[in-house]
Amino acid sequence: MERWAQLDWIDLVETSLAGLGTGSLMALTGVAFVVIYKATRVINLAIGEMMMIGAFVFYGFAAGFQLPFWLALPLTLLVSAVVGGVIERTMIRPLLKDNPVSVFMVTIGLTSILIGMVELIWTAEPRRLPEFLPQAPIFIGEALVPAKTGYSFLIAAAGIAVMLLVFAFWRGGVALRATATDRAAASSVGINVPGVFAFSWMVAAMVAALAGVLVGSVGGISSSMGLFGLSVFVVVIVGGLDSIVGALIAGLFIGWLEAMVGRLFGGEFKLLATFSILLLVLVVRPYGLFGTHEIERL
Amino acid sequence: MSDDAPILEINNIEVVYAKAIQALRGLSLSVPRGKIVALLGSNGAGKSTTLKALSALLPMENGAVTDGRLLFDGQPILQGDPHKLVRRGLFHVMEGRRIFADLTVEENLTAATFALTGRAEKPDFDIVYRYFPRLAERRKGIAGYLSGGEQQMLAIGRALVAKPRVILLDEPSLGLAPKLVEEIFGIIARINAEEGVSMLLVEQNAAVALSIAHHGYIMETGKIVIDGPTERLLKDRDVQEFYLGLAHKSYRDIKHYKRRKRWLS
Repeated sequence: MERWAQLDWIDLVETSLAGLGTGSLMALTGVAFVVIYKATRVINLAIGEMMMIGAFVFYGFAAGFQLPFWLALPLTLLVSAVVGGVIERTMIRPLLKDNPVSVFMVTIGLTSILIGMVELIWTAEPRRLPEFLPQAPIFIGEALVPAKTGYSFLIAAAGIAVMLLVFAFWRGGVALRATATDRAAASSVGINVPGVFAFSWMVAAMVAALAGVLVGSVGGISSSMGLFGLSVFVVVIVGGLDSIVGALIAGLFIGWLEAMVGRLFGGEFKLLATFSILLLVLVVRPYGLFGTHEIERL
Repeated sequence: MSDDAPILEINNIEVVYAKAIQALRGLSLSVPRGKIVALLGSNGAGKSTTLKALSALLPMENGAVTDGRLLFDGQPILQGDPHKLVRRGLFHVMEGRRIFADLTVEENLTAATFALTGRAEKPDFDIVYRYFPRLAERRKGIAGYLSGGEQQMLAIGRALVAKPRVILLDEPSLGLAPKLVEEIFGIIARINAEEGVSMLLVEQNAAVALSIAHHGYIMETGKIVIDGPTERLLKDRDVQEFYLGLAHKSYRDIKHYKRRKRWLS
């Protein structure tokens, strides 16, 4: 095939690196999803839109108010945390006692609300974020990595590393998992369950906003960029809904796979590959590669 | 607060589930400091509901206290925010053990350290391993794979980590072999004696509960029908017959309804 004729190993390496770059952003968004699921067992279908609203808030600070990057980003994270907290308090907590499907449906409604809010303020037109990452391309050996891809990969990696460390070494990680397993029992041992809920939504909103800023810096922002969330669902299902490590590995793998398949067979095969993997994982390990397998003691 | 005032006091409470089903109708009881009080009764009598009212867990199950007062150490117990009550020193070991199955034994104990939030005490897992050496061997193991008896030990172990003044125990004998029940109740009695923790013990197994309790209450359909020091309850003919399974006569001669009626009036 003609497509394969000019293929050399540098080309493959470059494609792989670009794929890992996208994958790291999927992984970061996946981590935001996982944090909510880990603590509250809520499947948050609005994770892509929470990412998008983060990107637009950053746009507002960086382009609208002309603030420098180092000020705009912390402010964005702060505003996102508040948004996450408000969503939890007003839409999720009142439904705590109801069945999980109604909460799931509410997150579908949330996607429309967030898209609507963004379109009211910034219209549906796609926009570019101001450049804030260094411009010079990075070379790894002979392979070239576009600057934005490289730096956003590094930032995403740092973000995921922080989350991993926090959950491995901080007592609050235990509180999150305990709350997810059994809410009544968690409060019976002194865990502030509503506090854990609010906290997990706030953290997830911040992580999603960071992912949104990075995704937006690579590809621009628009009110429909939440569609990125679709690939993220595949990532978290493959990795395991409650596993941060799973989101990391599955994110990188799926990003890489999509890039390679796109390069070798053409863009129309990307989703075929992704969803084939999803199907395979669901058949072989329905709880994901790293997810918790419900313990049934006989 | 004087030292001889009861640590727990329930005054004439009524509890209604889903605004429709009345579970407790005018129940009163009290737990003296440092004592074990047994609360006995058949299925559906309202024993667990009483404990949930005490630990403020009722709203999670759509229940509400509609009348009466609950006091812990002289302070009223308000429904909602159960974690604050735990931090004040009232620990509820729930029915069915309710350990965190995907967490390790040690993480289960770590979860209970949140009960110490805002208090000066440092978490101490050694006390748990001293009372339950078997948990020490399995401290890195996933709690869901423990045997039923070990899970009950872990549930009580979490209470020890929280350093409570009162432990509410809901059916610790549930689903355990008689030998294990004996072992666990022995340890419960030791914890009471050595740590000075007061306990309110809910049980269906009246014989084993009265073997360690100082005082007993027996409830039927939402209220107390008999109460007294354990020795007296053990001698009571009704208790012997209905709860301890000691028959005195041939069944033909017994008119249950008359005696039951005396309780309900």
